[in-house]
Amino acid sequence: MSKLRKKVYMIGGYNTISIGTGRKEFSPKKPQRGLEEYIKEAGVGVLEQIGGAKMVDECVIGNFMAARFNKQGNLAGFMPTIDEGLRYKPSTRVEGACCSGGLALSSGIRSVLAETADVVLSLGFEVQNTVKAIYVADILAGAGWYKERKNGHAYFFPGQFSNRAGAYYEKFGKEKTRKAMAKWFKNAVENARLCPTAQEYHNTVEDLEQLASAEPNGKFFVDHLNVYDCSKVSDGASAIAIVSEEGLKRIGAKVQDAVEIVGFAQLEDDITITPSDLTVLETTKRTVALALENAGITKEQLGTVECHDCFTIAGLMAVEAIGFAAHGEAPDYVIAGNTSRTGKTPFNTTGGLVAWGHPTGGTGVHQAVTIWEQLTGKAGDAQIEITPERPYALSVNMGGDDKTIVAIVYKKNF
Amino acid sequence: MTYDERLQNVSILGAAGKMGSGILLLTAIEMVDLSLKPENKDNTYVLNAIDISTKALTGLVEYLRVQVRKLAEKKINDLRKIYHHQNDLIENGEIIDQYIFDTLKIVRPVTTIESAYHSYLVFEAASEDESLKIKLLSQIDTNNPNKPWYFTNTSSIPIHVIDERAKLDGRILGFHFYNPPAIQKLVELIITEKTEKDLIEFANNYAKSLRKIIVPANDIAGFIGNGHFMRDILFAVSEVERLSTHYTKVESIYMINKITQDLLIRPMGIFQLVDYVGVDVCQFIMKVMQGYLTGQVIQSDLLDEMMNLGVKGGQNSDGSQKNGILQYERGKIIGIFDMKNQEYTPIVELQSKCDDKLGVLPTKLQPWKSVISDKNKELTLTEYFNELNGMDTLGADLAKNFSINSKNIGLKLISDGVAHSEDDVNKVLLTGFFHAYGPINNYL
Repeated sequence: MSKLRKKVYMIGGYNTISIGTGRKEFSPKKPQRGLEEYIKEAGVGVLEQIGGAKMVDECVIGNFMAARFNKQGNLAGFMPTIDEGLRYKPSTRVEGACCSGGLALSSGIRSVLAETADVVLSLGFEVQNTVKAIYVADILAGAGWYKERKNGHAYFFPGQFSNRAGAYYEKFGKEKTRKAMAKWFKNAVENARLCPTAQEYHNTVEDLEQLASAEPNGKFFVDHLNVYDCSKVSDGASAIAIVSEEGLKRIGAKVQDAVEIVGFAQLEDDITITPSDLTVLETTKRTVALALENAGITKEQLGTVECHDCFTIAGLMAVEAIGFAAHGEAPDYVIAGNTSRTGKTPFNTTGGLVAWGHPTGGTGVHQAVTIWEQLTGKAGDAQIEITPERPYALSVNMGGDDKTIVAIVYKKNF
Repeated sequence: MTYDERLQNVSILGAAGKMGSGILLLTAIEMVDLSLKPENKDNTYVLNAIDISTKALTGLVEYLRVQVRKLAEKKINDLRKIYHHQNDLIENGEIIDQYIFDTLKIVRPVTTIESAYHSYLVFEAASEDESLKIKLLSQIDTNNPNKPWYFTNTSSIPIHVIDERAKLDGRILGFHFYNPPAIQKLVELIITEKTEKDLIEFANNYAKSLRKIIVPANDIAGFIGNGHFMRDILFAVSEVERLSTHYTKVESIYMINKITQDLLIRPMGIFQLVDYVGVDVCQFIMKVMQGYLTGQVIQSDLLDEMMNLGVKGGQNSDGSQKNGILQYERGKIIGIFDMKNQEYTPIVELQSKCDDKLGVLPTKLQPWKSVISDKNKELTLTEYFNELNGMDTLGADLAKNFSINSKNIGLKLISDGVAHSEDDVNKVLLTGFFHAYGPINNYL
């Protein structure tokens, strides 16, 4: 894959709070914010940083299942609700399950590369707490093949990744893998405690690893995962501007306030095919390899990674898919602390999906916003050090069970 | 007749009441689960929900719909297996809706007792009125050719009295659920000398299937639960009278309620519990018990006076607490009824004075919620009571007296032949009243 034909940047990112259980302000009994409020907050959050709606050429909105969670379709029509100035501008809705946010980014990048836009407002969101978790599972099952739903688990996707975890335990040992999954949870929550918008920001549990070590119980949940292995049900929106060099000049921003997109890849696998090896995220592996090749860098040059840890086991498998650990060695790599915020390559520095939250259609954009914050020194208490020797970052957003993947490589401008 | 066959036609009397609705829910679930077994697909299951109030029956259907949904959501893994053969049911939501439909399909809300004339099993959860219960059961038994079995939920009336007067010939036992039946694990099982063996076996199987903990009690008015609770109330009232020589009655009620909750580490104080059950219900149970227990005074002037002044307690239809001896705001106690002025005295007006009089709290005191989830509960309680034992404050003295009296009540229930063992008494207080420890203990 050839390098990008022109320079592309991201700037002005904004995350709403990830709302759901764990946040003090959340109560399922109280009236909750509608999707239009999330969209508006995130959109305005970006426009205020880039000089307003007049700067924007085009909008992309990513969302997975508003048609069922909120009984709302035609979502592109919500972009003009952000600002009067967005009326009568192009707006597109994209959907790729939990990778919808990633698709909103890749679509925006493509528009800039195609020179049909210099400033694209990309936004992703999901408002899921309109139904209880047992019904959320039904809706999210739409990310898989509908013909597998009948024989699937009540909690369909936890069931899918429970099967992956079970296969991983069998092949590489349960005890160490469970220990690494608990460590992943601990890292995630500790990072989230540093980020005021994170769903686990208020978490005060002292012994997180012990909490996460609870034995999975298939009678009440799934066979190989406990609830701490899973990302929660979240409401939230994230947005960011994707701009060309001309776009950067138009909004009058310094290049140091933006991150450069130096490579990306987007791959799709056949949704009707069951993975041949449940212990491997094959599509993720291929997409990351392509994105790094596109950027012309190696994984060793990455200063931080945002991976799609919808389940802790997915986090471990992502470590292997990116290439930081050989097949079956991610548990050792994680237990050794390499993915923690003080480790070799910090992963998910504001909590990731497990602890920042997973508003499905918004997650891909949230990952980009987190990386933009880290690479521009705007991450507040969650800030990690990014050195000139390793100025790159990677985000990997996944839809379905390793079916729709967007991987993006970012570079800090010193 | 097998267990499954017996449950093919069931009636519940007083089905829309506080206890009846819970019993109906549990029985409906048991019956629908049986009906969904492949071997029962050709059988018809009928559950008559009989009550005199049409309005209450309408509310009952809504209650069932909501509660069955909650239960179905919890056991979705099982339901997906049960409905696996139905290809049109794919999502959890579809399966749960079908389960609710299948459950409600069994339930027949009616106001006519004639519906019970075809039942094989009759649950009686009518008002705690001996003559009413006897009249209803007698009428059904005269007209029902199936020689049905009867479960009565009475919490105080001896079973042999109902059996004899309704001429049921041993086809009845006491199956006393605790409130709310759907949540509380405890069931007191009361049999008489005449109770049929098969009926006892059925009752045990039914309780097991409902995952209830059975504690056998002998057929003596009040059984174990109310046998202890009513006497606990009487002691609390006598302590109020004793304290009232130095303090106002309102202050005395406050102090006894406080020490029974805080210093005895119970989920609520004794007068709050009276309000929860209902002052009227407590008074009624005492009257029933008094009628059968000679040589004992099971009567409280304080409760009688409260009732005369219209102070009843109990709960609103939404489950919130009504004002009773104590006044409540969003579940919190904010006042105490002053019988002299016939109005509530705000707690804030007497709290600090009374707390001062009760004295400092033991340093090892922990709230009930922490103690019940404490893995080292036994050690925690031992250390706490050791400290309490060494204190000579008014609060500590009251708590010690109360605790010793509570133990004596429990021991008397055994010596009077109501309970079979110390363990049974403790189990009732632990599971039926959610106490953190049984009354028969060696802490003091």
